[in-house]
Amino acid sequence: MINCEQASTICNKKQYKEATLLERINLSLHLFICKACSSFSKKNSKLTVLCNKADLHLLSEQEKVKMKETIERSI
Amino acid sequence: MDSTRIKMTENKLNPDSWVDQYADYLFNYAVARVSNAEIAKDLVQETFLAGLKSAKNFQGAAAERTWLIAILKRKVIDYYRKINSKKGKAEVRMTYSNQSDSAGDWLEENVADPFSTLENDEIENEELGLAIQECIAKLPKKQSSVFVMKTIQGFSTEDICNELGINPSNLWVMVHRARTSLMGCLNENWFKL
Repeated sequence: MINCEQASTICNKKQYKEATLLERINLSLHLFICKACSSFSKKNSKLTVLCNKADLHLLSEQEKVKMKETIERSI
Repeated sequence: MDSTRIKMTENKLNPDSWVDQYADYLFNYAVARVSNAEIAKDLVQETFLAGLKSAKNFQGAAAERTWLIAILKRKVIDYYRKINSKKGKAEVRMTYSNQSDSAGDWLEENVADPFSTLENDEIENEELGLAIQECIAKLPKKQSSVFVMKTIQGFSTEDICNELGINPSNLWVMVHRARTSLMGCLNENWFKL
């Protein structure tokens, strides 16, 4: 059996489709008996859905550094 | 949060922090409107430069961010003017989809569906994006860069570990902390939808 800490790590990995089959089986067994983890898991999946839905676009650090340089040059 | 409030009431410009504070916000706004990341990036850059140039005209009546968005709006409009300046490009083309039945009443068929909520979705998603972005900005630097690289830019675990010089278990700890903070930071209402 896995504990809650392991369960949460697997749950996070699952959000990025990086959990192995064995891990996923262990997780679902754990969620079956643990209320706290199953509510965490639900919220976690919802967060993934929200992040996908928001379709965020963020600039990378390099792009920001470049912008800063351009701004400094024009001051 | 408090420090930004104070800044907002004073309404002063500090260009040094523009990129860190507003670049992502402006970038998202621009991408939603020109749907091209490269062009959006250029527009944001132009906005900062135009802001610098006209900084002396800033009256302090608006918050810095609002003022920058106002400039960006002009830039977006200018962009569309420029690409539409050649004659004929701005015309609306309506083609009849069903060739065999071209005598049909195309106008009636093209009327907007009054029960459609698609346009609301877009507004909602923009608000959601903004909310997530503000929450990400509150995370510690290292956590936010790991989370952004993993979730938004979609890098593999291995690549992130190499780039940041951490091991996978470090990475998952940071992802876990970031995700838990985000769950707490995002308004409950988003989770009820």
